[in-house]
Amino acid sequence: MRQIVPIFKREFLGYFRSPVAYVFLIAFLVISVSLAFSRYGGFFRAGVAGMESYFTFFPWLFMFIVPAVGMRLWSEEKRAGTVELLFTLPVTTLEAVLGKFLAGWAFLALAVVLSFPMALTVGYLGDPDWGVIFTTYVGAILMAGGYLGVCALTSALTKNQVISFVLSLGVCAILLFLGFSSFTDTLEGVLPMAFADALANFSFITHFDAFTKGIIDPKDVIFFLSLMGFTLFLNVVALER
Amino acid sequence: MIEVKGLVKTYGPKRAVDGVTFTVKRGDILGFLGPNGAGKSTTMKMITGFLRPDAGTAKVDGVDVTVDPVAVKSKLGYLPESAPAYPEMTVEEFLGFIADVRGFRSPDAKAAQVDRAIKLTHLNPVRKQTIETLSKGFKQRVGFAQALLHDPAVLILDEPTDGLDPNQKNEVRSLIKSMAVEKAVILSTHILEEVDAICNRVIIISQGKVVADETPTQLRARKPGARIDEIFRELTRGDI
Ligand SMILES: Nc1ncnc2c1ncn2[C@@H]1O[C@H](COP(=O)(O)OP(=O)(O)OP(=O)(O)O)[C@@H](O)[C@H]1O
Ligand SMILES: [Mg+2]
Repeated sequence: MRQIVPIFKREFLGYFRSPVAYVFLIAFLVISVSLAFSRYGGFFRAGVAGMESYFTFFPWLFMFIVPAVGMRLWSEEKRAGTVELLFTLPVTTLEAVLGKFLAGWAFLALAVVLSFPMALTVGYLGDPDWGVIFTTYVGAILMAGGYLGVCALTSALTKNQVISFVLSLGVCAILLFLGFSSFTDTLEGVLPMAFADALANFSFITHFDAFTKGIIDPKDVIFFLSLMGFTLFLNVVALER
Repeated sequence: MIEVKGLVKTYGPKRAVDGVTFTVKRGDILGFLGPNGAGKSTTMKMITGFLRPDAGTAKVDGVDVTVDPVAVKSKLGYLPESAPAYPEMTVEEFLGFIADVRGFRSPDAKAAQVDRAIKLTHLNPVRKQTIETLSKGFKQRVGFAQALLHDPAVLILDEPTDGLDPNQKNEVRSLIKSMAVEKAVILSTHILEEVDAICNRVIIISQGKVVADETPTQLRARKPGARIDEIFRELTRGDI
């Protein structure tokens, strides 16, 4: 497992070797902050000192932003032919998968954490519940990992980044929409109730919600961690095929 | 050091490699010849553990690649065809990454290994340049530097002199020759004179099958007086 370190390092620093990282981080902050201040976010109108209006959009934002980070993870290696280099170095597939995934996750976590000035502003203007802010950050980072697991897997399936992006977007959208009552209601019309309920359990929104209310429910943590574990396992299988 | 037995790789209806068998001893430089699409690169990819063979085995130092791929990969230096490398890294960063993965973790050991590889392949003028901005020949040299960075016992080089200028071609050939004493080397090439110049064994492969496995002298003796490309054409007629 010690080979994860150099792979992680190369991948993580790789984001900063091109303008991609800076464009991404700035775009992420601008979009997330302006959504919070928008009429839908109502950061000011809410009249409460909290980050809720900032984080409500995260499941949506991640649906677009995480595939943008995840699509290159394996597709780019396949296109450039560097997979052949990587997999003839003394590394196991699992080490490579973990190293690259953790690098992408760390990068997304950095993007999320860079919004901390927002929290400081809130703290300056009012008296927020820091516990809630903390759990929300934890939830957002876990959710980013769940999305990224899906995207890493789809990117291992193709060498075309566009296909990889569209595929990830599609799967992430499904995982998101499963949590909406209008969507689950439709499902309940077609599928048996218990099955539709079970499907709703797979939604990111359902599991992210508790974090934004200050609750770290082991059930939610396990959901995101096992989603990551499962997608990474499939990722290894897809690469060894 | 390298034992290859009955390797087979099939792509759809096509047998890219069809029962290739040979061995390479320490001190050997084996030249791998064959027309385009004969299966040279595919055979090399199976020996290096990048592709899983459909049948047959490849052993390096007695270790089967499919049984313990990581052990085999740490013994090997491999230059893939067209020398892939991470384009956004500089030469130094890239070789540093390879050194890291190859187990040279302390800054001193890493720097020593990188400097040695850069010196051997004459990369000093471009060491701080990103790989995407290098010319083809320099990219090729980066691939070569990467392959010999850890001074491996076995070198597998897919068209190592492709894209090099005549001076560099000679340089690389004499480098391979000087290193080969304590190594086993397989190199593929389309330059027939190259085989004459450095190899002590030649394998000609055509449509996935070995059609000749001998010394360059024996190959010439097949048709005294004929040019080596005539003999090559005769042996690989199935491919035309
Ligand atoms: N991924 C693949 N899918 C389908 N066919 C493939 C694949 N890779 C190689 N082949 C086929 O296998 C055969 C052998 O290819 P290989 O690359 O080993 O040839 P080669 O001897 O290295 O040729 P060259 O001298 O052009 O490099 C070719 O017919 C090629 O089209
Ligand atoms: Mg080839």
